[in-house]
Amino acid sequence: MPLRIVVLTKPVPDPAAAAERLGADGRLDRAASPAVINGNDEYTLEASLKLVEAHGGEVTLLSMAPPSGLETMRKGLAMGAHRGVLVTDPALAGSDQGSTIQVLAAALRGLEYDLVLAGFDTSDGVGGVVGAAIASLLKLPYLSSAAKIEPDPDAGTVRVRRISPTGFDLLEAPMPALIVGTQLLGEPRYPSLKGIMAARSKEVVTKSLADLELDAKVVGGAASRSKVTGTTKPPARGATTVVRGTPEEGAKAIADLLASRRLI
Amino acid sequence: MAGAKDAKGTIWVVAETNADGSLAKSSTEVATLARTLAEAAGASAAGIVIAADPKAAAAELAGYVARVVAVAEPKAAGYAWAQVAAQRAAAILASESPAVILTGAGPDGRDVAGTLSALLERPVLVNATAVAWKDGGPSVEMSVFGGKLITTSAFVDGEWGIVTVRPNVVTAEEAGSKGKVETQAPAGDLDLPLVKVVDQITEAAAALPIEEARVIVAGGRGVGGPDGFALVREIAAVLGGAVGATRAAVDSGWIPYNQQIGQTGKIVKPQLYLALGISGAIQHKVGMQTAGTIIGINRDPDAPIAEFADLVVVGDLFEVGKALLAELKSRA
Ligand SMILES: Cc1cc2nc3c(=O)[nH]c(=O)nc-3n(C[C@H](O)[C@H](O)[C@H](O)COP(=O)(O)OP(=O)(O)OC[C@H]3O[C@@H](n4cnc5c(N)ncnc54)[C@H](O)[C@@H]3O)c2cc1C
Repeated sequence: MPLRIVVLTKPVPDPAAAAERLGADGRLDRAASPAVINGNDEYTLEASLKLVEAHGGEVTLLSMAPPSGLETMRKGLAMGAHRGVLVTDPALAGSDQGSTIQVLAAALRGLEYDLVLAGFDTSDGVGGVVGAAIASLLKLPYLSSAAKIEPDPDAGTVRVRRISPTGFDLLEAPMPALIVGTQLLGEPRYPSLKGIMAARSKEVVTKSLADLELDAKVVGGAASRSKVTGTTKPPARGATTVVRGTPEEGAKAIADLLASRRLI
Repeated sequence: MAGAKDAKGTIWVVAETNADGSLAKSSTEVATLARTLAEAAGASAAGIVIAADPKAAAAELAGYVARVVAVAEPKAAGYAWAQVAAQRAAAILASESPAVILTGAGPDGRDVAGTLSALLERPVLVNATAVAWKDGGPSVEMSVFGGKLITTSAFVDGEWGIVTVRPNVVTAEEAGSKGKVETQAPAGDLDLPLVKVVDQITEAAAALPIEEARVIVAGGRGVGGPDGFALVREIAAVLGGAVGATRAAVDSGWIPYNQQIGQTGKIVKPQLYLALGISGAIQHKVGMQTAGTIIGINRDPDAPIAEFADLVVVGDLFEVGKALLAELKSRA
């Protein structure tokens, strides 16, 4: 039995570029920092691609993002996802997590799936609460911190190895289910040239708030229930001392610093 | 006007327990924060423990907050904990008037916070590095843009919500007096689908978890292999620290993922971070840049770690590492 998998992917400012800054409106200046697929979402995307390779089926990417999210989505399509759904609406700028949750849940209500995969957190938000909240809204079994995902499509169940403080818990639930995945799912593939070519003609459906029958008074920037009240720079770290010399001199420099800071 | 709107309700903590039934370290920190906020707000602090046997953790939590509600929920064992706990906590909180709900920002705390936010229809502020009480609500600091900026956020007027608190940003401290523990029986059905735990696999754990360590000695690709980590471990042992690693070392299979530090690993804040053969890539840096003292041993003086370490010793990590062991032993 083929698997229908929806992977939540968020475009985030590329952490490697380290060019994030706030614009005049106090929001992320998206022009300054190139967007990439959130790192943790690439792990779940990779896992979903391996699953449909093994079981057959299709992978749908789902993002809530500005229109430029389409470009980021193309990379996921180039990796092998079959289609995309992009929820985009001017009213969504400045959304809080609550809106994100409502919007993604509404979009999922319009899709058919056996599994929804979400990343452990996003590199720009570091929240990791969206998956659990969506699962609750949709009353889906929720399996988190996944190191391994093993569906049994014939039985209609899925097993997940959940990372625990002492090792792993083996979880089992009926499908459809929502799973939050981690880096242990495996390193994401690079898009092939063929994949990049194919991605251009893959279908991406764009949905507005109206399409999802959501009201901009209830979700989106205007409905945000939290606000940024200020920003500060973190305290600067002191200057770096660089020591070159014999290993013994290096070792002595380390021990001296540790002693002076009462760390030994 | 500051102070004009004092907390209407109580500062609540939803606590987590360890496998042995004791209170999780992150919850001792969150409970300490709850008490501090309660003092600032002129409110009281309370906690919730949901576990198959909540007794031990509830007694511990009462060392931090004035009131503890403990629910002995058999389903908290044998099923994924967070959904069970969040539903029981939501039922308790629905008849209280919370000023804010605090949880840890680790895997279980996030799951509880996310589920609670949906059940109670409340906003969440995540991954707090500091929380103060201001204008009748929590004022929440978060580190963003790879640590380049700290934002302060609040719930909008008239709203209350949930805040997840990063581990190691609060020093746990018990209150002067013990709080009261109320034990409740679980009441009502659990509506969300429960997820069965069909097996538990215990893996050889690191001697000391990195989240709790005062000192971390970490190895990267430069360590060269699993054998290279023997030296890292030896230095960690002499310094009484835990062993951490970069993703490069984890991906190579030299060390388990639960010891990875960084963007897709753990975020740590030890007093000392000693990095051997680690370049200091941004994805690693975000996990350790707030460490008290950062020292790198690297043969490349231009490695990015030289931009934010206190001290970089340029040289071969095996030579410097061995000399360091000798030096530390001679001073012991
Ligand atoms: C989505 C995503 C998420 C990521 N998440 C993480 C994360 O959570 N944590 C993380 O660490 N990384 C993460 N990374 C990877 C990160 O980008 C770097 O690749 C990684 O941190 C590099 O690890 P390293 O410093 O061990 O290796 P390298 O960058 O290869 O550095 C090795 C260093 O060792 C030095 N060296 C080599 N041999 C010796 C020797 N004999 N003596 C002294 N010095 C020596 C070299 O000069 C070099 O500076 C992530 C990347 C992506 C794309």
